[in-house]
Amino acid sequence: MTQRTNRRQFNQAVAGLGAAAALAPFGIVRAQAQKLKVGVLLPRSGVQGFIGQSCQKGADLAPGVIKQMLGVDIELMNADTESSVDTARTRAERLVQEGAHVLVGPFDSGAAAAIAQVAEQRGVPFVINIAAAPQITEQGYKFVFRNFQTGPDIARNGLALIGDLFQATNTAPRTAVFMHVNDTFGQAMLKGISAFMPRMTQLPFKIVDTISYDPAAKDLTVEVSKAKASNADFLLLVCRLNDAIILRREMVKQRWNPMGIISPGSPGMYEEQYYKALGKLSEYSISNVPWYNPNAKLTKIVEKAFLKQNPKDKLVFHGLNAGFTFEAILIAADAFKRARSTDPKTLADAIRQTNITEKMMLGAPIKFNAKGQVEGIGSACVQNLNLTPTVVLPAAAATAKPVFPAPYFKRA
Amino acid sequence: MSWDLVVNVVIAGVLTGLVYGLMALGLSVIFGVVRVVNFAHGEMMTIAMYATVMLFAALKLDPFLAVLPVAAAFFAFGYALQAGLINPFITRPEHSQFMLLLAVAIVMVNALLTVFGPDARNVQVDYQLESFELGPILFDRARVYAAGAAVLATAALFAFFRFSLTGKAIRACADNYLGARVAGLDVKRLYALTFGIGSICVAVAGGAMVLLVDVTPALGPYYTLLAFVIVIVGGLGSMPGALLGGILIGVSEALAGLFIAPSAKSMFSFGLLILVLLLRPQGLLGKRP
Repeated sequence: MTQRTNRRQFNQAVAGLGAAAALAPFGIVRAQAQKLKVGVLLPRSGVQGFIGQSCQKGADLAPGVIKQMLGVDIELMNADTESSVDTARTRAERLVQEGAHVLVGPFDSGAAAAIAQVAEQRGVPFVINIAAAPQITEQGYKFVFRNFQTGPDIARNGLALIGDLFQATNTAPRTAVFMHVNDTFGQAMLKGISAFMPRMTQLPFKIVDTISYDPAAKDLTVEVSKAKASNADFLLLVCRLNDAIILRREMVKQRWNPMGIISPGSPGMYEEQYYKALGKLSEYSISNVPWYNPNAKLTKIVEKAFLKQNPKDKLVFHGLNAGFTFEAILIAADAFKRARSTDPKTLADAIRQTNITEKMMLGAPIKFNAKGQVEGIGSACVQNLNLTPTVVLPAAAATAKPVFPAPYFKRA
Repeated sequence: MSWDLVVNVVIAGVLTGLVYGLMALGLSVIFGVVRVVNFAHGEMMTIAMYATVMLFAALKLDPFLAVLPVAAAFFAFGYALQAGLINPFITRPEHSQFMLLLAVAIVMVNALLTVFGPDARNVQVDYQLESFELGPILFDRARVYAAGAAVLATAALFAFFRFSLTGKAIRACADNYLGARVAGLDVKRLYALTFGIGSICVAVAGGAMVLLVDVTPALGPYYTLLAFVIVIVGGLGSMPGALLGGILIGVSEALAGLFIAPSAKSMFSFGLLILVLLLRPQGLLGKRP
């Protein structure tokens, strides 16, 4: 049965549409009354599940903290990318269909590249929390923004911190074996390190072998055997979480005790699960990564909210993941407040004008360049000491002295 | 490249391959007799791994001891699955059986996700990070024990089928379905028994595997695929073929990782599969249909 529209109903509808159209440019109707719907895409299951859940903690506390800070109401629309690029794309599509005003996430370069395409096609702003592949912000996208270092930035800062570490500990390792995951992020890091190593003449070591491996590998026996056979002084590692755990166990099984394990900038070794799975074996691993400023005012506020939501947990185990995820939502909320609109283009323009000086993570204020990239995000040398990620460099932010070589070191 | 590196890698490949072989053995036994391809094989092994982890967490039971109750439970589960669910599908078209077991697999993965979540779990026993040393050659203790369990379980299975009356009856069913029925054998009960025995293999393999890898619900489909590759290479329905297939896959992956690129390891196991399918479609030790 079909229901016909009569003349009166038609006129009322036209009048309504006219009024809405007239008010739309001023953003009067949409701005004040609405919540900002933030589609949060994270790998909460699958091979990156632990890290995704860690990021989610930052998202979960954001609405409360941001309401206090900016008076903005936020509705989170959570989606699990299942550590899959394809799933990330379809979940992003669905979030847009369901009315997300802005997308945030996804802790993975491959997934970020896929979501960026969706965001650009559908004209919805996308604020990347963590993903380092440089090409994501090199495509001329208008709706894609990143508040995280690119692979080359991470590599450059990470390598520089390695030089500082050797100086601080009066050591000069001659050789390194470089192991890296072979996903988008790992490849970006490989390019970054290959580009910067020759220019960093202050570094005393050279890379004697490069070994790539699958981040979803169940067994790294062969990889570790090859690395051990290189007789390198230390292991330069670009990893994820699960593979980092498998790799560390395999090193113990194969009795390979290099001077240390140093990540020039990758997740894994500062994550809570790394400590839980490995216990004392997690000690002395070093990660040179973008980190949070424990003394920042915003950190204290976030930490309070974090402890309220996770009474048995500590922010230090989630600082990077939760911190950057929180800041990504903060960027969206700040833009929404200024734009007074959820109109995607207006929101994107407002994000482009962001200037957040009171922030949680180390580095310069949050400002986007023409490519949608924040510059000047700082890194810290974080070493696992007493089963806690501890800042050991730069000296100004350090809470302990670096230990290198690790006490387990045995020359081959 | 030093010889000890190559030997170490080959030994690791052989040991891992033996555990793979045991896992695939269950699939091969079930197919060899019941002629049903168990698409939920890897998922069943994942459940066995979780059961082992739970027993370790609750009772601090070593995985090799936990294998006993888990195997008993898996025998009952496999028997019930065949008797209650699969037997009615025996005479139906193969695609019906395929869909049924695929559905069972999906239910298992999602049930595991619901109960345990996506987090990786493992057992941590004293010997897990230790190795036996023979000059420059290292034998990972957990891997040696796991491979030993695989060899023992295979020998026991072989003896059962070769020497016991029930084993002979099962073989009779596999050789000649009609003849077995004419001889008065309760074929459906023997099928259920076979599925139960195949499930025991899965349980033992799961108990051994949990010492080598962390378990997540997502492991199931990966191991189902791996088991298929192994039994197709070794010969579907052949018990020694499953072990040989496991060793070949383990060693080829290890050597490919060493000489070519670790990230291209699985490419070589599938390359081996293609070669076998082209040159010897029935598998290395399989019989021509």
